[in-house]
Amino acid sequence: MTAAKKSKKTDMKNKSSKLSVSDQFHEEFEETPTWTAVITVLGYAILSLLGWLRDFLRNIGIENKKTSQDPNPKNFVPLYQSYECFYTRNLYTRIRDVFNQPIASVAGATVDVMERISDDFNWTFKFTGKKLPSINLGSYNYLGFAENSGPCSEQAIKSIEKYGLTTCSTRHELGTQKYMIELEDLMAKYLNVEDCIAFGMGFATNALNIPALAGKGDLILSDRLNHTSLILGARLSGAVIRTFNHNDIKDLEFQLRNAIIHGQPRTCRPWKKILIIVEGVYSMEGSLCKLPEIIEIKKKYKAYLYVDEAHSIGAIGSRGRGVVDYWNVDPDDIDIHMGTFTKSFGSAGGYIAGKKSLIDHIRIYTHSGCYSLSMSAPVVYQIISALSIIMGLDGTNDGQKRIQQLACNVRYFRRQLVDMGFIVYGNDNSPVVPVMIFMPAKIAAVNREMLKRGCAVVTVGFPATLLTESRVRFCISAGHTKEMLDHALKAMDEVGHLVSLRYSNRNHSRRWNELNRANYDNEYISC
Amino acid sequence: MGSPVNRDDIARLATDFYSLLESFKQTPFYHLIFEIFLILTVLWLVCFRKPRPIAKKLTEKEKQELIDEWQPEPLVPPVDTNHPALNVRVLDGIVGKTIEIDGRKSLNFATFNFLNFVGNQRIADKAIQAVQKYGVGSCGPRGFYGTIDIHLELEERLARFFNFEEGIIYSYGFSTIASIIPAYSKRNDILFVDEGIHYAIQKGVEASRSTVKWFRHNDINDLERLLAEQDKHDKKNPKKASTIRRFLIIEGLYMNYGDICPLPRMVELKYKYKYRIFMDESVSFGTIGQTGRGVTEYHNVDRQKIDLISSTLEYSVGSIGGFAVGSSFVIDHQRLSAQGYCFSASLPPLLAAAAIEALNIMDEENSLLFETLMDKSKRLHKKLLDIKGYRVLGEDISPLKHLSLANSLNTIGRLEYIVEFAQTRDITITIARYLNDEHHLPEPSIRLILNVEMTDEELEFLCTVLQEALVKVTA
Repeated sequence: MTAAKKSKKTDMKNKSSKLSVSDQFHEEFEETPTWTAVITVLGYAILSLLGWLRDFLRNIGIENKKTSQDPNPKNFVPLYQSYECFYTRNLYTRIRDVFNQPIASVAGATVDVMERISDDFNWTFKFTGKKLPSINLGSYNYLGFAENSGPCSEQAIKSIEKYGLTTCSTRHELGTQKYMIELEDLMAKYLNVEDCIAFGMGFATNALNIPALAGKGDLILSDRLNHTSLILGARLSGAVIRTFNHNDIKDLEFQLRNAIIHGQPRTCRPWKKILIIVEGVYSMEGSLCKLPEIIEIKKKYKAYLYVDEAHSIGAIGSRGRGVVDYWNVDPDDIDIHMGTFTKSFGSAGGYIAGKKSLIDHIRIYTHSGCYSLSMSAPVVYQIISALSIIMGLDGTNDGQKRIQQLACNVRYFRRQLVDMGFIVYGNDNSPVVPVMIFMPAKIAAVNREMLKRGCAVVTVGFPATLLTESRVRFCISAGHTKEMLDHALKAMDEVGHLVSLRYSNRNHSRRWNELNRANYDNEYISC
Repeated sequence: MGSPVNRDDIARLATDFYSLLESFKQTPFYHLIFEIFLILTVLWLVCFRKPRPIAKKLTEKEKQELIDEWQPEPLVPPVDTNHPALNVRVLDGIVGKTIEIDGRKSLNFATFNFLNFVGNQRIADKAIQAVQKYGVGSCGPRGFYGTIDIHLELEERLARFFNFEEGIIYSYGFSTIASIIPAYSKRNDILFVDEGIHYAIQKGVEASRSTVKWFRHNDINDLERLLAEQDKHDKKNPKKASTIRRFLIIEGLYMNYGDICPLPRMVELKYKYKYRIFMDESVSFGTIGQTGRGVTEYHNVDRQKIDLISSTLEYSVGSIGGFAVGSSFVIDHQRLSAQGYCFSASLPPLLAAAAIEALNIMDEENSLLFETLMDKSKRLHKKLLDIKGYRVLGEDISPLKHLSLANSLNTIGRLEYIVEFAQTRDITITIARYLNDEHHLPEPSIRLILNVEMTDEELEFLCTVLQEALVKVTA
């Protein structure tokens, strides 16, 4: 191991002092090789041409229409414009079998994928009844709490017997059970903030609460790659939305300065307040937000900061407290902490945390306060017991072990992928590992070949990513053992060779058995 | 030494000049005038127009001053600590027919537990089995290994229950209809919406950015008027009209009013004015109709004529989540375009298992449960009407009723007094809570919800307590 890499490793472990951005931050987004971009666009062009040809044949009646027909009379305005569904009909359907794959077991470190076959090129599916046990590299299970046995499930089962499944009432009426207060207090303690409020759905936490925080006359500065729920919440709030380039602090500062100097559009009145919305870990890129710099800017220009830690809470940081813990910043510097319980706690729902005055305001004005039911008891008890384990309140150090295991798994997996010559996006510490595929046909090829080799992976293309930036996104879990990771790496090695995925110009292409196994093994053991 | 200008050159020049004059003569007169006008304009612009003063740019110092001077408002305004949302009743235990608050048991007429499935042992057992097989969370959205076989089973059961081709489930009741409407209706489309709809539907309508035409609550004549107006407008520009989709957004049984929509007439108008009907049956699913199949069964309307029925698993079924059923043509679109479906984690399997078992119970009961519920609702309605001094909103068969004080005495303060008084007599009721930015804020009322397991004596007791409360509050 080189001295530079060793020192980086020590930096990771000494978290007592506040680290600046350059000390430990290593993110890479290698550029798409030009030739690859050309071939990718050519690929989409050929698919589109074929699509137009097939549509033409269907319209003149030579080919059968496979999509379902409108039961209403023909003189109704068509429900879908033909061009809106062009992509679905002609491109998506070709590789439809790699998405929405049903599973028949707990979504843990391994999963049973239900085998499907199609006789008509993915228009309809039939289940063979066979289950394919595979290593689960697609589900969000960072700390491995997606288990059907163990202390968490036992608590969930007990709570069903004691509380039933639902209160059938809203928080403003009769939906507040004692366990909700217990959860909120525990979460506030976990995050080291004054107060917290929990909701039944992570998506709705953003979509229903941003309107309570911002409104007409406010400005929202949102990162270009923010999640749909944040964009929807910002739109519903009625505030003006401007985006800044992904993780680009200079652009953020430029936009802030411009906004304050010129005021609201047309009237030039000063903005009532400015809210910056960023995410902790971006789920498609694997990048971490540059929190210390953003906090510095927000203080300088008196803006407010909203951090969505859906993918980072529990998964990042030496104590699993998210990006706040990772960067070692003061939690009070972030005005609104938001996160979800789906990823690291193996449950469902979302939370918002911060100062008591903020949370009281949200309790009164959140849309889900009057109109949505409160959370279900087993869901809440799963979170409470997972939190107790992570915080060490159960008397064991199981929580700390899981966090450490996740960090080791991430480093082990990432380094070998990079050294094999794949283009891997994102931060070295992010549990989300996107590996670039680029070409549309390879989206299906990688998924199918990996499944044949016993690995369930997630491949994404347009429109979830840019047209030329399709990728396979691995989600590492603390539940993965070294053997599982080795199996996955071997499979990726074979598939990468079969389908030609080694695009990196910065790292040499190497096969898995050409790597120096001893190095990686030693690093894993000492982790 | 240049060559002398010879006669040929002069002759050529003369002919050129002559042909130029000829072409001038042949040009139309207006063309010449136009050209002369253009030349004069150019001359005027060049010589006579004053240059506009260039706006002076701000200096760096001025910019910094603006930045330093700017003071934002506080993130949240000061909070009223007496707001009811901050002083809620805290429960501890199963919220079924009875509810325990501060150690005292009371009869529960406040939660949406119409069929008393909360705490049902069969449902609880199935949910426990699901936890032992699948764990609690599903750990991913539907597209990425979040689709579990139990979801597919539930979707198929729901579609079968309503006799539709396909069903789709969501993990949260609020975001079901709020994601469905924007998936179909876009900026240029028109939505005809009843004024009394639920807040979640209002948010869906807002998120769609379509043109919204509100008609008075349950007023079919007002709807016809709007449709006729739109039709007249369309006839002026038929080409544009053929690209505008139209939707009617209604509820089966309105949550805010307790009354049922006039569905048969709306279906007639559908074929006359060519719009699609999206009906939200959150309250009417499992409560109205002989076998609990909602307002279509009650009005005896062919369910296939409704394009989409959305509902919730949170009220009658006693689980969490929402769903929509319809033809495959309509429902399949949501799998790629509904935001609450594609970008959110799927429903925890234990809640799906509970919903399947609840459907099993509903199927087994066939009509007994629902007839009992409608019957008791009618009886309660009659008893409430007998108490002079209250106004009762809602259909007689609706298990959800709104109670308010008659004769302009209706204030939130008085209603809160009634609720508190009832609590001291071990009856739990609640005021219907709304946010102030509702499109059409309903009048303050107590929302009474009937649980099918309530006995006649308990209903009688409720009315007695309400009578006493009325006397006290109007004294």
